[in-house]
Amino acid sequence: MSDESSTRAGGIREGVRRLFRAPLHTTDRVAADANDELRTFLDERIDHLVARGMSPAEARAEALRRMGAPLGDAREMIRDSAVARERTIRTRQWLEELEQDVRYAVRTLGRDRAFTISALAIIALGIGASATVFSVANALLVRPLPFRDPDALVWVANGTHEGLSDQTAQVNHIQALHEVKTSFADVAGYFAFYGPGDASLVRNGDAIRLTDIPVTQNFFSMLGVQPVLGRSFTPEESSGDVTNVVILSYSLWQREFASDPSIVGTSITLNGSPQTIVGVLPSNFDFGSVFAPGTRVDLFSPFPLTERNDQQGNTLALIGRLRPGATIDGATAELAVLAPRITAAHPDRNAFSPHLSSMRAHVVRQIHSALVMLAFAVGAVMLIVCANLSNLLLVRATARRKEMAIRAALGAGRRRLVRQMLTESVLLSAGGAAVGLVLALVGTRAISRLQSVNLPMLSDVRIDSAALAFIIALATLAGLLFGMAPALQLSELAVHDALKASGRGSTENRGGRRMRTALVVSEIALACALLVGSGLLVRSFLKLLDVALSFRPEMVTALRIDPDNDVLASQARFASYVDEALRLTKAIPGVQAAAITDGLPLGKNRTWGVKADGETRKDMNNPVAYIRLSSDGLVGAMGMQLVAGRDLAATDDSAHERVVMINETMAHTLWPGQDPIGKVAMIDTARRVVGVVRDVHHLSLDQAAGLELYIPYRQIMDYPIVELVVRSTVPSTTLAKSIRAALAPIAPNVALNQVQTLGDVVDRSVSPRRFFTLLLSGFAAFALALALFGIYGVVSYTVAHQQQEIGVRMALGASQRTVQRKILRDTLELAIVGIVVGTAASWIVARLIRSQLFGVSSTDPATFVAMIVIVTAVALVSGYLPARRASRIDPTVAFRSS
Amino acid sequence: MALLKGTLDVLVLKTLSWGPMHGFEITAWLEQRSSGRLDVTDAALIQALHRLEARGLLSAEWGESKNGRRARYYKLTSTGKAHLRIETAALMDYVGALTTVLTTRSAHE
Repeated sequence: MSDESSTRAGGIREGVRRLFRAPLHTTDRVAADANDELRTFLDERIDHLVARGMSPAEARAEALRRMGAPLGDAREMIRDSAVARERTIRTRQWLEELEQDVRYAVRTLGRDRAFTISALAIIALGIGASATVFSVANALLVRPLPFRDPDALVWVANGTHEGLSDQTAQVNHIQALHEVKTSFADVAGYFAFYGPGDASLVRNGDAIRLTDIPVTQNFFSMLGVQPVLGRSFTPEESSGDVTNVVILSYSLWQREFASDPSIVGTSITLNGSPQTIVGVLPSNFDFGSVFAPGTRVDLFSPFPLTERNDQQGNTLALIGRLRPGATIDGATAELAVLAPRITAAHPDRNAFSPHLSSMRAHVVRQIHSALVMLAFAVGAVMLIVCANLSNLLLVRATARRKEMAIRAALGAGRRRLVRQMLTESVLLSAGGAAVGLVLALVGTRAISRLQSVNLPMLSDVRIDSAALAFIIALATLAGLLFGMAPALQLSELAVHDALKASGRGSTENRGGRRMRTALVVSEIALACALLVGSGLLVRSFLKLLDVALSFRPEMVTALRIDPDNDVLASQARFASYVDEALRLTKAIPGVQAAAITDGLPLGKNRTWGVKADGETRKDMNNPVAYIRLSSDGLVGAMGMQLVAGRDLAATDDSAHERVVMINETMAHTLWPGQDPIGKVAMIDTARRVVGVVRDVHHLSLDQAAGLELYIPYRQIMDYPIVELVVRSTVPSTTLAKSIRAALAPIAPNVALNQVQTLGDVVDRSVSPRRFFTLLLSGFAAFALALALFGIYGVVSYTVAHQQQEIGVRMALGASQRTVQRKILRDTLELAIVGIVVGTAASWIVARLIRSQLFGVSSTDPATFVAMIVIVTAVALVSGYLPARRASRIDPTVAFRSS
Repeated sequence: MALLKGTLDVLVLKTLSWGPMHGFEITAWLEQRSSGRLDVTDAALIQALHRLEARGLLSAEWGESKNGRRARYYKLTSTGKAHLRIETAALMDYVGALTTVLTTRSAHE
């Protein structure tokens, strides 16, 4: 700048520069300027000295001396300080501008309250949902399991079948693993055939049923779990056939013993025998959430590795801890050699064929794909949120063209205006994220308290620092994403055009309209995909409930009436106990049928190998059947469906032929194409088939039922559990009290804390599926609402912009109906494009979630048709309001407003 | 005479309170007013100018010197003026205190 006066009077212009334009000095430019400054300084001094009478050479030497450093060094120092200066100034300007932008954004957003509130609500719901799903995934997939060095833990399944007898190992197997040095630093196990409520605790004359897990002596030390009170089991306590110590879970200690700090050393009466409490486990150790989702585990007892326990067969679920540096692959290779030797050492016992998987993989194996599905769903929801917000902002940006034009005319560069828009959107998303965080806190808290849901690690779901980081990242990203469209559009804005055009009547540029239409179409398409996804899951869920259940759970109550051990010890005494119990129960008014069984459907996992009589297979390959011991009348009490033969009868006792009732799958497997009635199956002994019932699904509804068989209790002495199943017209809590009163003479300690209905049992079994289905349906509903909102926004905006055109047409004689119909038709066109794209997307989504479906094909026409009908209806509804408004336009007003 | 730490900044600000100047003009003004007694190297002065500008006490514009060279002109900002007022008062106070102490005659003198 050569004009000195303008330079020196540059204060105002400097201010304007600071306000609207960031100086973009490159480092090279700054360095060159610093050099110029230095040279001018030197030359000015030389001139000054020469003017005082020095020779030019002397003056130059003196000027260099006064510089105070060799010229090269001085140049470098000055360049550095100039660069530092620019950096500082730029940072400060940036912060000042940011402050201005934020203040301005807050002011404008505050003025447009309706917009701000709806935008905040949409973002909050989107981010709340995303953060909640993230927290679930984080707890299940990312956060370490609550044990010491959990990555070294390995689940050692003895086979690949889902049946527990095929997952578990025998005592001699774990003993063999202890004796040989392997990749495992230690191997521990727990008794996998515990039954929820197996332990009866009698205190102060009242009985409650508790769940006790027998564990090997090293179980807690192997996991790295340290009792908060007392200690773990000693080797002495874990030997012999009878044990008399227990360790309490933290929750039982709190619940039943009022957190008594001096509880260790006291004695309680469990199943009629005294047990000493030796320890209390820490509150963060939740056996159920890791190993048995949906089960509340109350206490632990020692499982001695004795000869007697070995003879029980496969009973132990094994968990190993790898040595430092060892890998699962290495251990697998090792066991491939070792296992056949272990099997060969005891030819009379079960085979050992270990399959290793990481503990985490074992815990999440069934829900991994469901989680991935949820993550995608929540991603789609977030995209819809962004599209919607983008649209809202676009509409707003068009309405604010004049304001922007004025600011541009005042000297604001395009960059600065774009930044202003992005600041607004990021501010919106930050505000939405704050509300979303509250929603996520509520959501995760609710999920972590879902005790009856059969999903692992749910109690661990919470908002942690990772989730917070996720929310912040998501909010920033979303803010930039949905701010992008209006900002881009803004940068195309022709300033003078906008200034010239009068506010409302101005025609919108075509780019803007196309962008908005594209956004709404993608919203509709994404909503379609979510609707189809959730629709298929809902249909699967309903199918699951009414197809697979082949008993009638309505009005059936179940409760444990296990007699004392001395009754169980004698076949005759047990038989008369059961007869009496059933007689007393049936005498209660309202009771229609009653029976006993050793386990309810959908949970009890006990299997034996079976074969047809005369069949010669290698012992190993015998099919595995789920076994039930039951009294006669179970078919009636449970509402099972007899397809051939008869139910078990009171005469099926030790004096008569050994018989069995089987399910259809077992009949087809052992005697394909033949009548199974009268055939003999080799089970515990040779048993003649007397009846065939429909499959009852003893594991879970969405897995194949497998082979099932029912053995009359009078013909077998293996009855660890006595579950009374009663069909009646009386509500279960009332009924349970009547039963307890009726049975008092023979069973004084019937506990009422674990009374359940078969409906409860079914609910718990389908709870994971219901959980995912509900979540996904919620997302789909939200997406649909957003699509509705989006369509409504675009249509009403278009209507507002076409007021004049509509006014003209009405003045020319168009009726209200023609106007309405045209707008609805436009809306439908929009919806149809969205639906076409959405159907294609849905088809892909449906294929991706195929593994989650049950009894529904991924191209289920009903679901797709329903989706199309729903989306069309939503489009019509959201187009109707603006259409009606348009048809009420008064032509005279429409003209005047231009 | 070497400068006490921090006084160079105040001297520069004081110089510029007479109006915008480029680097050498500032030095020349200071040398003239102090009769050459203040010992500031030129490199240090230019760095001080950059530092003061970064702190927002000075602003700068390119212009042309009286001898026709491209020169960077510095002027006080309003923050700079306020800073000068405060620092001058503090420094005067300090100098006054020093003077009082150092000029007090001891009893046996």
